[in-house]
Amino acid sequence: MKTSDLIAALAASDAAPVRPAAPAFRLAPAALIGACAAGIVLALWLGFQPLTAAVGASWFWMKAGYSLAAALAGFLLLIRLARPGARPGLAGAGIAVAAFVVIWMMAMDASMRAGAAQAPALWLGSTWRVCPWRILALAAPIYLAVIVVLRRLAPTRLSLTGAAAGLLAGGLSAAVYGLYCQENTAPFVAVWYSLGIAVSALAGAFAGPRLLRW
Amino acid sequence: MGLGYALKRYAVTIRIELTNNSPLEAQLKALMIAAQAGDAQAQSRLLTQLAGRLRAYFGRRLTGRADDVEDLVQEALLAIHVKRATYDPRFDFTPWAYAIARYKLIDHFRRSGGRINIALDDAGDLFATENPEEGAVRRDVASLLARLPLRQRALMRDVKLEGHSMEEAADRAGMSVTAVKVSVHRSMQRLMKEVDDEDV
Repeated sequence: MKTSDLIAALAASDAAPVRPAAPAFRLAPAALIGACAAGIVLALWLGFQPLTAAVGASWFWMKAGYSLAAALAGFLLLIRLARPGARPGLAGAGIAVAAFVVIWMMAMDASMRAGAAQAPALWLGSTWRVCPWRILALAAPIYLAVIVVLRRLAPTRLSLTGAAAGLLAGGLSAAVYGLYCQENTAPFVAVWYSLGIAVSALAGAFAGPRLLRW
Repeated sequence: MGLGYALKRYAVTIRIELTNNSPLEAQLKALMIAAQAGDAQAQSRLLTQLAGRLRAYFGRRLTGRADDVEDLVQEALLAIHVKRATYDPRFDFTPWAYAIARYKLIDHFRRSGGRINIALDDAGDLFATENPEEGAVRRDVASLLARLPLRQRALMRDVKLEGHSMEEAADRAGMSVTAVKVSVHRSMQRLMKEVDDEDV
């Protein structure tokens, strides 16, 4: 086919008006639907902890805050990366770094206060072996929901986009997992929640180029 | 200086400032906004303009593989059409189009199993900008072209510098393809003769 014919065909057959896509308004609902799916999976799989007691505890909100900050960072990166030619910007990366620094400062502080004898219990809790993998598992439905939307947009840096989608999914997944998880120390969150979120981002970066090609 | 060489270098480096108020950016952006609104004519003018630039851009990176180049041009045009809703009119158009061209090029290399080594440069490569080193060459070529009659000059610019096909140039000038070929050929002969005379 000659290029001039292609252009004529495209203009003639298919020049319907389009509305400029707003990635934020498409990605946010997808992420929420994915998070609801993850919540349902969690309810069927492990159940929730007694939430009326948990929401009164500061450690519950410390975990939720850290997880949601990671999700927000991924979201901000993603709405830029979903469009060709837009730079990822510093806001997303900045929030991720800031959240990480803050949780680690809280962790170090708690660990030093506890003293050498108590500290290992704070860092390891009782579920450190399973926590990151559960976060990764619950991130899967969120990641997939986000990918479905991203495929209709036009990311051009697929690994980076996949990583940002994984960060968003991992952060939301960790927040959902907090509905079950009763670990209540900053050192635990700083290591094992971070690890679960990081593994999600890594898996997202790996899968991105395969799932997002267009 | 060899004329063919100078033309080639000039074609690689004619660059137009890429700011909000660059005429090219403004023109393409206006066409894109009209195309998004469903204006088929704007759409086809936009794609025609981009086709020439894409051909030159891919051509420089896939020398000697004209078929691949044309395939890539068409793929990029199709992508620009299909994904036109992802262009946000609050931002410049040229970086958007460049990102798609670059993406299609990388995708091509990936599929063909070649090594990928494309700098993450800005849209300047597709939409051409300033390069101080090339100033001299550019002045020479500009002054050479100035010796041609207006009509021939426009054709030379379209075909030799901007990488449009003979067909496209004919379209734009409202001439037959044969007439364009003859004109470009004569222009080249005349310029070569003049350059040779000067060099001696």
